[in-house]
Amino acid sequence: MPSNFKNSTVKIDNEEKMAGLALFTDDLPAKDFLWCRPLRSNIACGRIRSINIPKLPKGYYYIDARDIVKENVVNIIFSDWPVFADRRVNYYGETIGLLIGPDKEVLEELARMSQVNYDEETPEYELVNSQIHKEFKKGDFEAVTKDYDYTLTETFETGYQEQAYLETQGMIMWLDGDKITIKASMQCPFYIKNAVVRTLGCDPEKVRVIQPAVGGAFGGKEHYPSMMAAQMATAIVKIKKPLKMIFDRGEDLMYTTKRHPSRTTYEGYIKDGKLVGVKAHVRLNGGAYKGCSGVVLSRALIAVIDCYNVPNLDITGDVYITNTMPTAAFRGFGSPQTIFAFEMFIEHIAKKAGFDPVEFKLNHLVEKGMVTAVSGKFHDDIILPELVERAMEMSDFKRKYKEYSQPGSNRGIGLSTFLHGCGFTGSGESTIINAQLKLTKDENDIVHLYTSQVDFGQGNRTTLKKVVSNTLGIPEEQVTHEAPDTDHTLSTGPTAASRTMIIVGYLCEKAAKHLKEIWKPGEYQEWIEPYVGPDYIHWDEDTMQGDAYPGYAWGVNVIEVSFDPITYQIKIEGCWSTYDVGHAIDDRIVIGQADGGLAQAIGYGYLENMEVAEGRFRQKTLSDYIVPTAVDLPMMETELIDNLFAYGASGAKGCGELTFVGGAPALGHAIEMAIKHDIHKIPANPEYLMEVIEHGKY
Amino acid sequence: MENISFYVDDKEVIIDVDPSTRLLDVLRIKLHITGVKEGCGEGACGACSVIVDGVCYDSCLTPVANVIGKHIITIEGFRNTSQYRIIADAFADFGASQCGFCTPGMILNTYALLKNNPHPTEEEVRVALSGNLCRCTGYNAIVKAILDIAENGGDIEW
Repeated sequence: MPSNFKNSTVKIDNEEKMAGLALFTDDLPAKDFLWCRPLRSNIACGRIRSINIPKLPKGYYYIDARDIVKENVVNIIFSDWPVFADRRVNYYGETIGLLIGPDKEVLEELARMSQVNYDEETPEYELVNSQIHKEFKKGDFEAVTKDYDYTLTETFETGYQEQAYLETQGMIMWLDGDKITIKASMQCPFYIKNAVVRTLGCDPEKVRVIQPAVGGAFGGKEHYPSMMAAQMATAIVKIKKPLKMIFDRGEDLMYTTKRHPSRTTYEGYIKDGKLVGVKAHVRLNGGAYKGCSGVVLSRALIAVIDCYNVPNLDITGDVYITNTMPTAAFRGFGSPQTIFAFEMFIEHIAKKAGFDPVEFKLNHLVEKGMVTAVSGKFHDDIILPELVERAMEMSDFKRKYKEYSQPGSNRGIGLSTFLHGCGFTGSGESTIINAQLKLTKDENDIVHLYTSQVDFGQGNRTTLKKVVSNTLGIPEEQVTHEAPDTDHTLSTGPTAASRTMIIVGYLCEKAAKHLKEIWKPGEYQEWIEPYVGPDYIHWDEDTMQGDAYPGYAWGVNVIEVSFDPITYQIKIEGCWSTYDVGHAIDDRIVIGQADGGLAQAIGYGYLENMEVAEGRFRQKTLSDYIVPTAVDLPMMETELIDNLFAYGASGAKGCGELTFVGGAPALGHAIEMAIKHDIHKIPANPEYLMEVIEHGKY
Repeated sequence: MENISFYVDDKEVIIDVDPSTRLLDVLRIKLHITGVKEGCGEGACGACSVIVDGVCYDSCLTPVANVIGKHIITIEGFRNTSQYRIIADAFADFGASQCGFCTPGMILNTYALLKNNPHPTEEEVRVALSGNLCRCTGYNAIVKAILDIAENGGDIEW
């Protein structure tokens, strides 16, 4: 075993996954199930005049908005997305109904023969219809604009990104007596349960959600499975037969949620060598429904100046509703967009004002006790300088930086520094989620841990169990931690927002401490631990003021590239990272997150291009939506530096999203050095770089 | 429909099937070998990899007619071999499997690589794996695990 994995253990589900024994949704034995095939809108915007379904063969069904039992909404943060389109459609591909039956090919034929007639309306694809607006100020921005040495205004764009989990969306549902039972590829079992309860208006006791093996998620399975569950539940109460819906890759690419495209304008002011003021406007494309976009905007705005200290701010942001596929959760949740944009901006303004860009930005790093962008406080120790120094050593940054800056080098190296807020925004963990964790001990002194955290590859079934066994001082084998089943576990909240270790891990540690205190050998015992967060965290979502997160994790990425001036191709030559995740419960698992997060971020930065034409995604397969392969990436080196967090298990904070947010800007800086031009857009693919170099376009 | 016969994990299989049926569907639906995964259905991801007479194939692109009389190794047969154990142990040591959906295909392709080239360079490993997508690991741990076998595995009989 590699020597730097001293605290690592093999993951609970490792062997079954390698051996092909783990059962993913489509692998589950499913006898006599009927397939569900969505009938989707083939226009972007209009009123439904009529729906003509061909005569259905025996054993085939059609279900739509007319079959809704109670409420035609999917229970997402802002519930405006209907389960089935009702009298109008707002994006190409919106589900109008479900065709259901035993033979998939017959269903395809029925879908082809079905006719929906519309009164078409003119779709809106531009960012003009703001449906969510947020703003905040800090210091006195107006005063800064009257007394400065240098000012610059620039706009940055980021594109769609597809999660591209290897296992597509899928769900099976059956009736166990009168209880709806669901297994699905998911992130949040209680989100699915609540969505079914809401659309049916049924007793929560009548819905059970069980997690099978899940093949990746990255945010893409946070909300979308709630939609599938609400649709299938509407069908199952009528048909009373087991149902199955598995998306093929094309459906998954075209009709499930993506990362929000963004356009951000910064106006910055330098006085006496310091960036003293920033005005920003962040625009997100929310697609046809708001869903969770308000929270994505909040988190984009909170990260609007990344980990830099700027005393005077005037920040606004809008989510625009367009007639396109709704955008939703994806690793980073808004912050990758603004952190990319601000990292590029701070280097551009420094360079143009005559400063060394890296030195300039490192002179602006936030420190403990400073005021955050949203006028909260950095309460905990910040070790960014140490992280930067180590990342520079690992990558031989200073030498390369000087060398590659020379004309004609066709090589570049870039460094990004960044933060990520862990857990739900503000005091949301204590006021909205209210996680409760159950720990039991049986007569054989085996401890059973129950959480609603889904392990879709991150290893949290293992790490949370380790927190319990470490705290109790018993062998790991003496603790069980099964995949969630809503009939057995209380809700410890969604598997999202980098909250698993910082919140649920902390709960595990506290519960185990309490169980240890009352431990009686040979007796059944139970302990329920409610989450109580730091009492100094206060946040006002309306004014966007206060402490935005319970805690922050920090990181530095260095990326080296070479550039081929003939083909305009970028090649990634090296990646070095340092992270402060508080404390890693298992180094191998955290390094695995770091490698995967950075790889996905590099894809976001230069490869993964997804475009909309006439409201439809042009990329329909994994052959034209390109994600990084093994030849696109070099060996990545990562080091972790401990900085214990008082409200985390053994000092642990979050790490899932942190490892994503800094990749695109580090790559962006490296590309700029290699091509000797500024860039303002990702993905920085060869077509864009050619425009920049040949035509001076942004 | 016609009778088609071939070998899967050393057992003879005779099935009555349309010869243009995807090998993937025959394995998953007819033979219930669910360790073979469908990731994309178009040969872009490698999750459905199987070994046909020593060569790694995307079973989603292979009509079953193409394997008549041939020997197919899937993860469900391969997992009982000593070669599997060597690869799986290295994958476990380096943390090469996260969500696990790509892993059976990745392991079979690793086997095909090492059988042909027991001591590959990093470049050769990356090229060999370039048809198997992994969205979780960034390939770092996978490549390291394979290089570790190549370096420290001695003269394993592949």
